Amino acid sequence: MLSRALRTKVLMHVLLVPFLVFALFPFYHMLLTSLKQDRELYDRYAVPLLIRQAPTLEHYAKLLWETEFLTWTKNSLMVTMLATTASMLIGTVAAYALSRLKFRGVNSFGTGIFVTYLVPTSLLFLPLAQVINWIGLADSKWALVLTYPTFLVPFCTWLLMGYFRTVPKEVEECAMVDGATRIQALWRIVLPIAIPGLVCAALFAFTLSWNEFLYALTFTSSSEQITASVGVTSELIRGDIYFWGELMAGAILGSVPIVILYVFFLDYYVSGLTAGAVK
Amino acid sequence: MAIGSLPATVAAGRLSWRAHAREVLDRERVLGPLFITPALILILLLVAYPFCMAIYFSLSNAFIGRPSHFIGLTNFVRLWDSDAFRQTFQNAFVFTGISIAFKVVLGISLALLLNQPLWFKRLIRGAVLLPWVIPTALSTLGWWWMFNSLYSVVNWTGIALGIMDPPGPNWLGQKSYAMAAVVTVNIWRGLPFFTITILAGLVAIPKELYEAAQADGAGPWSRFCYVTLPMLKPVLAIVVLFSTIFTFSDFNIVQVLTHGGPINSTHLFATYSRMIGLESGRIGEGAAISLYLFPLLMFVVWAQLRFVRKQVY
Repeated sequence: MLSRALRTKVLMHVLLVPFLVFALFPFYHMLLTSLKQDRELYDRYAVPLLIRQAPTLEHYAKLLWETEFLTWTKNSLMVTMLATTASMLIGTVAAYALSRLKFRGVNSFGTGIFVTYLVPTSLLFLPLAQVINWIGLADSKWALVLTYPTFLVPFCTWLLMGYFRTVPKEVEECAMVDGATRIQALWRIVLPIAIPGLVCAALFAFTLSWNEFLYALTFTSSSEQITASVGVTSELIRGDIYFWGELMAGAILGSVPIVILYVFFLDYYVSGLTAGAVK
Repeated sequence: MAIGSLPATVAAGRLSWRAHAREVLDRERVLGPLFITPALILILLLVAYPFCMAIYFSLSNAFIGRPSHFIGLTNFVRLWDSDAFRQTFQNAFVFTGISIAFKVVLGISLALLLNQPLWFKRLIRGAVLLPWVIPTALSTLGWWWMFNSLYSVVNWTGIALGIMDPPGPNWLGQKSYAMAAVVTVNIWRGLPFFTITILAGLVAIPKELYEAAQADGAGPWSRFCYVTLPMLKPVLAIVVLFSTIFTFSDFNIVQVLTHGGPINSTHLFATYSRMIGLESGRIGEGAAISLYLFPLLMFVVWAQLRFVRKQVY
C-alpha cells in the first residue's frame, strides 16, 4: 500500500503528462520526420509516430550540401552576435544611468524605454523598410544588425535596471569614498556583482534576435543575406512540392544554437523570463 | 590606487586634462545624459522617427516608387468599410481572446503542478519552457507538417483513437479549423511564459496564509479561490497585459502556418498589413492597418503604468 503522500506525488506526475506531450510532441515529430526515408514518410498507411524502416541522414546531407543552409546559419550567427553585443553595451550604460544616477529627464527617459519595450515590430516594419532603403542597406544583413537593437536595447535596459537596483548602493559608495571614479566603480564593483543579470540579458538578447522573423523576412531576400529562419521557411519551399524531410531537418538544425545555450543556462532563462515581465 | 594617484596630481600643481575629464565625468548630471545618449539616439532614429513616418504614410496614398499625397483619414475609413479588414479585425480579437483565456487557465494549472514536490523538477521545467525558446518560425513549420492535409499526424492519431471520422478535418483549408490551428500553436508557444511567471508568483505567496486558511477549515478549493487567486492577481494582470499586446501583433505563426488564409480567415493586423503594404505595394494602406494596433498599445501602456507599476518606469 502506497503512502498517501507518495500517491499524491505520483498523481501529480500523471497530471503533468498531457502538458509534457503537448510541449514536446512537435519536436519529437519533427525529429522523426527528418530521419525517415521518403518511402516511409509519404506512405499514408505507415504509422507516423515511429520509424519502422531504417532511419536515414540523407535529408540532413541534402540540406547541408545542396542548399545554402550553412550560409543562412552564418548570417544568423553574425547578425545575432553583433546585435547582441551592441545592445548589451548600449543597454548596460543606459540601465546604470537609469537605476543609479540622478539627472534631468531620468524619469521620462525610463518611461520612454518601457514604452519602446512594448512597441511591437509589426507596427514599425513598413516605415523601417523605407529607412533601410534610404541608407542603402536594402537586402543586406547589416540592415538587421542595425534594426535589431531597436527591440533589444529596451529589453536589455529594462532587465538590467532590475539587476542593478539589487546591488547595494553602499558597496559602490564605499569604492568612491576610497577614490574610485563612478566609471571605475561601475566597471570594478557593480558589473561583477551583476554578472548573473548580464548573462541573462545577453542570453535573452541572443534568443530574441535569433528568433526574429518579421524584419528578417522584410529587409532581406537574396540567398546570401537571409537568416536561418527565413531561409528554411522560404527557400526550401519551391512551388507546390514540399520536401518535408529537409524542411524538418532545417527547422531542427536552425534551432540547435539556441538549444545548446538553453541546456547550459536553463536557470538563467527561467529567472530572466520572470524578471523581464515582473520586475 | 587612490592614495597613489592623488598626491601625484597635487604635485603637478594643476589638473591634467585627463584628471579634469575624470572629474567632470564623475558628476551625475554629466554622466547620466552621456550614458543614455546611445540608447536615446537609437530610439529617436529607428523607433520614434519610423513611427512618425508610419503616421504620415497612413494619411497618404503612398505606393512603392510613387510620390505620395496627403489624403487625410481616407485609408482608415476605406479599410473599415472593406470586408477583408473587418475580417482581420475580428480575427485579431478571436485569436487573442481565445489564446489568452486558454493560456491563463492552462498556465495556472501547470504552474500549480510544477509547484508541487516532483521528481526531475529541473528536467520537467526545462521541457515545459522549450517551446518558448525555439525560433517560432521554425517550430511553426513542424506544426504546419502536423496539420498537413494528407499526412496530418493529428488526424492519424484522432482516427486511431476513434475521436475523428476519417479523413478528419482539413486543418489549414477550412476557416474555423484554420483559426483553431493558429490558436493552438499560439497557446503552445505562449504557455511557458504564463506558466513560469505564474509559478514565480505562486512561490512568492507566504506559506502562513495557507496555514491560516487551513486552520480556519478551508479546503483545497477554497484555499485556491480565497488565497491563491487573489495573491496571483498582480502577476496575472502583468502577464495578460504583456501577452495581449504580443498576441494581437503576432506575425510569425500565421505567416508560416496559413498566410492569412483560407480567404483571409486567419489574417492578423501584422500579416494583413504586410500583404497590403509590401506584397501589393500600397504602403499607405498597410501603415494604416498596423496603426489600428496603436490604440491597443496605448491602453496596455496606460494600464501597465497606472495600475501595475505604482512606481513609474
